Amino acid sequence: MSENAIISVRHLSKDFGSNRVLRDVDFEVHEGDVTCIIGASGSGKSTLLRCINLLEKPSGGEILFHGSPIAGHGFDPCGYRAKVGMCFQSFNLFNNMSVLDNCIAGPVKVQKKSREEAKKLAMFYLEKVGMAPYINAKPRQLSGGQKQRVAIARALAMQPEVLLFDEPTSALDPQMVGEVLSVMRTLAQEGLTMIVVTHEMAFAKDVSTHVVYMADGVICEEGTPEEIFEHPKEARTKEFLERFTNR
Amino acid sequence: MLPEGFFPRILFLLETYSQSFMQGILYTMLIALVSTFIGCVIGLAVGIVQTIPTDKTENAAKHYILQVIKFILNAYVEIFRGTPMMIQAAFIYYGLPYVFDVTLGMLPAAFLVVSINTGAYMAETVRGGILSIDPGQTEGAMAIGMNHFQTMTSVILPQALRNIMPQIGNNLIINIKDTCVLTIIGVTELTYATRSAAGAYYTFFEAYTIAMVFYFILTFICSRILRVIEKRMDGPENFALAMDDAIVLGEGTYKYHGNPVETNHDVREFKRDEALRKQSGNGGER
Ligand SMILES: Nc1ncnc2c1ncn2[C@@H]1O[C@H](COP(=O)(O)OP(=O)(O)O)[C@@H](O)[C@H]1O
Ligand SMILES: [Mg+2]
Repeated sequence: MSENAIISVRHLSKDFGSNRVLRDVDFEVHEGDVTCIIGASGSGKSTLLRCINLLEKPSGGEILFHGSPIAGHGFDPCGYRAKVGMCFQSFNLFNNMSVLDNCIAGPVKVQKKSREEAKKLAMFYLEKVGMAPYINAKPRQLSGGQKQRVAIARALAMQPEVLLFDEPTSALDPQMVGEVLSVMRTLAQEGLTMIVVTHEMAFAKDVSTHVVYMADGVICEEGTPEEIFEHPKEARTKEFLERFTNR
Repeated sequence: MLPEGFFPRILFLLETYSQSFMQGILYTMLIALVSTFIGCVIGLAVGIVQTIPTDKTENAAKHYILQVIKFILNAYVEIFRGTPMMIQAAFIYYGLPYVFDVTLGMLPAAFLVVSINTGAYMAETVRGGILSIDPGQTEGAMAIGMNHFQTMTSVILPQALRNIMPQIGNNLIINIKDTCVLTIIGVTELTYATRSAAGAYYTFFEAYTIAMVFYFILTFICSRILRVIEKRMDGPENFALAMDDAIVLGEGTYKYHGNPVETNHDVREFKRDEALRKQSGNGGER
């Protein structure tokens, strides 16, 4: 295990009551990595991401951020979450705020930036995701793809070290998937560290630097996109990928 | 002297008792508005405390203290929702000097009774309003590093408040009507005024007709005003595009648009800076 990992997940387990959802999950994310997590529904992908962002409390094992555990006394979960962004399947934009205010809220309230500075940042990232024209809109006035792009800009405005995506395109109509993926592709090319849970195999294959295949709460196989998609070793990985490519 | 006929008598009563009717309306509205406001503040505070999440494993002391506070607040809600306001008014107005040796004026007693009553109802409404907000909103706020307080004040409460506006309106209207029970402690609100007008000449039907009309006018005006406030809170149906959608137009093909709308100041400034940086000449006109 190398020293300079941004996030290291070690022997992570998570129980919901008697239901063990994650078992001994081990993996690392380095700067600039685009890690795609693939796997069937219910295999624990979301739970893993939510543990990394502390939306769920791990039951066992540990998660290290730059080598220090993200738990225990004196650890500030809010400060940590400000550095690790997250985009959700259902966007979770603040319904009571305009697009611009959605992107400004974090920098102003959490990072205590001035409104001016936050606005500049927000505009920069809204421009990047192509949503600058919509700064006055409320979330309910946007399409799904537009909402997700705003959600990405909101996360980016915090200038996170790592950005987590939980099936960002799963709630979208097919014609909107492309606009979101293209934004994510750009971010990956610019070197943003990302962990992406996705069912978009083409995206995982082209964009990621590392692919993790999860099944039943364990990491079944991981490796480079070539290793996973061209020469999978495990039978279950092969089966899973076949089901996806035959669709 | 008292004239003959229904309408002449109404006019007569209105003229003779105009001052006490006016004072009655004033007191009724004053008590209803102030108490609804204070009640909402109480309800908001109680409702917020009741929805504070606690984790026994994380901070046991905080957890138990909160449990005690929540129990007391629950008792408050149940007692004041569960007993008639008229009885509460008499209980407090006549009971306080007796038990605590403090004498409350009629009006302060009225404010107190109606406020804590409204507070008890509002507490439940606020609690429901907070619980009705999609947990995704909280997660979105947490994911950008907001703490519980920030999440509540900037994301959850604004939405919850908007959703419970109809309930706040309901409470105001109920309070306008229910101030009539304060007659029991002698507050000269509208019903009190009506009773004295009715009693003097035995013109009950006329006097209570006047009261009916007055109460209806007051509640109707309030309900219309509240609708307007709700509309305001919702903001405009449509939004103005600040400029063209870069992605729709295709990358690199968009340019600065003429006739930008008022609210685009920032965008224009941003674009201008960018244009300067790029040294591109075609800013400005279409
Ligand atoms: N809050 C919860 N309580 C109980 N079980 C849960 C909860 N969240 C998820 N699970 C269970 O954990 C398993 C993994 O869920 P999830 O991480 O959402 O899978 P995925 O994202 O890979 O589809 C599922 O079986 C799901 O039912
Ligand atoms: Mg999931």
